[in-house]
Amino acid sequence: MAEYSALSILKNAFAGNRDWKPAWRKPEPKPTYDVIVVGGGGHGLSTAYYLAKEHGISNVAVIEKGWLGSGNVGRNTTAVRSNYLLPENSRFYEFSMKLWENLSHELNYNVMFSQRGVLNMAHTPGQLDDFARRGNALRHIGADSVMMTTAEIARLIPALDVSGSARFPIIGGLMQWRAGTARHDAVAWGYARGADRRGVDILENCEVTGFLREGDRIVGVSTSRGEIRANKVALAVAGSTGQVMRLAGIDRMPIESHVLQAFVTESLKPFLDTVVTYGAGHFYMGQSDKGGLIFGGDLDGYNSYAQRGNLPLVEEVMSETLAMFPGLARVRLLRSWGGLTDMSMDGSPIITTGPLPGLYLNCGWCYGGFKATPSSGFCFAWTIARDEPHPLTAAFTLDRFHRGLVIDDKGQGSTPRLH
Amino acid sequence: MLIPCPYCGQRDVSEFTYQGDGNRTRPNPSSTDRAAWNAYVYDRTNPAGEHREIWQHSGGCRAHIVVVRNTLTHAVVASSMARARTRADRREPT
Ligand SMILES: Cc1cc2nc3c(=O)[nH]c(=O)nc-3n(C[C@H](O)[C@H](O)[C@H](O)COP(=O)(O)OP(=O)(O)OC[C@H]3O[C@@H](n4cnc5c(N)ncnc54)[C@H](O)[C@@H]3O)c2cc1C
Ligand SMILES: [Zn+2]
Repeated sequence: MAEYSALSILKNAFAGNRDWKPAWRKPEPKPTYDVIVVGGGGHGLSTAYYLAKEHGISNVAVIEKGWLGSGNVGRNTTAVRSNYLLPENSRFYEFSMKLWENLSHELNYNVMFSQRGVLNMAHTPGQLDDFARRGNALRHIGADSVMMTTAEIARLIPALDVSGSARFPIIGGLMQWRAGTARHDAVAWGYARGADRRGVDILENCEVTGFLREGDRIVGVSTSRGEIRANKVALAVAGSTGQVMRLAGIDRMPIESHVLQAFVTESLKPFLDTVVTYGAGHFYMGQSDKGGLIFGGDLDGYNSYAQRGNLPLVEEVMSETLAMFPGLARVRLLRSWGGLTDMSMDGSPIITTGPLPGLYLNCGWCYGGFKATPSSGFCFAWTIARDEPHPLTAAFTLDRFHRGLVIDDKGQGSTPRLH
Repeated sequence: MLIPCPYCGQRDVSEFTYQGDGNRTRPNPSSTDRAAWNAYVYDRTNPAGEHREIWQHSGGCRAHIVVVRNTLTHAVVASSMARARTRADRREPT
């Protein structure tokens, strides 16, 4: 019987719910492991899970400085999609989409993956042409994507201002129906439980403060809970990549840390059963199963490690909300927050061996790494286990910037805040 | 976030445009040193703490200014005209 099933719920209900096990243990650190994964976000946890499940490497520790899920995995707005333009990205994210489609079964944990679609709206003929190009590129690699007319969009989202007199009239859109949302906390908890049950130690409140070396080679980490050694040390610290790399003596990276804010309103009746993006600015919105509208916009636009942003961006996001949905003017905002994003110089991620012997690196997720949680862990685990890149992530190297092999999906150049 | 413009005084961040990391030095335009160009274009120190950066007071006097700002607290520690720095750089032999 699966740990969570209708039968186990019934059985435990009769037993007064006293027999449930905690989803993961709180072990003491062992002195050595085969692999240490630094960072207990979505990517670190899924990496540990696939190391144990796919490669039989279960003598693994996940080291997290705060509590599990305190980083971006618990701060994002949960949009999952694969509609990128360049094949290096779209193939990788489409693989992730396939893992998402079976994730609740895989983990025996309901991650509430809901394929409600993600719609990008176009406001100029040039934008519409660009979307058609991206849609065709996606269909070419076997991912789904369809163009929608304004009339179809109006039927799908009645609350949208589709009038010709809107400040930026909507003239069509690109829809990916298999895209959608998932419950971010459940993804972290599901991977954590799956890894823990296979023997992985999840060490919370344990901050990596330095690296242990033998010559050039990294052979472990020093932490706030003592020294821990390992044959391989893998980093998945997202927004803190620059800081942790500095501990390893590497003080320049093709990454800037920026703050991204997000917002949630009071609960409303069903209002929006898809995720929609505004093409005239940088804005997107979805509705949670609880009823809150979850939305966000651009980065604040300057380097930041503060995990909070400033008011001009709040004002901009609110004005975009009203440009799209004038009817939301009186809805109350419940909360806003910020997260640390690891903006790479071409907007694409890095998954690679090195750059030091014994070290493995996973970073550069910008503000879009939640959707990659399954595939990032899958491919990173492969890279760690076999000491070579997974074919799907072979292009995501760290030295691609200096070799002229950037993967710049938006064509923005090396200005990270614009990706 | 308030940024002190050396010319206009304390102003709201919305009046400014971020021009990015101010720790980089552009190689001499006639340089063919690929490593130096790559480092200039792609590599960042990205510190958690005091960061030297360039802003333009685009909604004000339009001057380019060098700001030292703490990326953990957003507090500005110092600001000065960028042209002062450019003049100083120019005096250095190349
Ligand atoms: C507001 C917001 C909205 C977003 N919306 C979306 C979205 O809709 N769709 C999408 O796909 N993506 C989205 N993202 C991006 C996504 O959340 C991130 O790219 C992704 O979560 C990063 O991977 P992670 O989960 O492993 O990161 P994190 O959860 O941040 O994990 C990194 C962990 O490393 C730990 N750590 C750091 N330093 C140390 C140290 N020295 N020692 C030990 N541990 C350390 C941190 O505490 C943290 O828990 C959003 C991000 C933000 C901020
Ligand atoms: Zn000024």
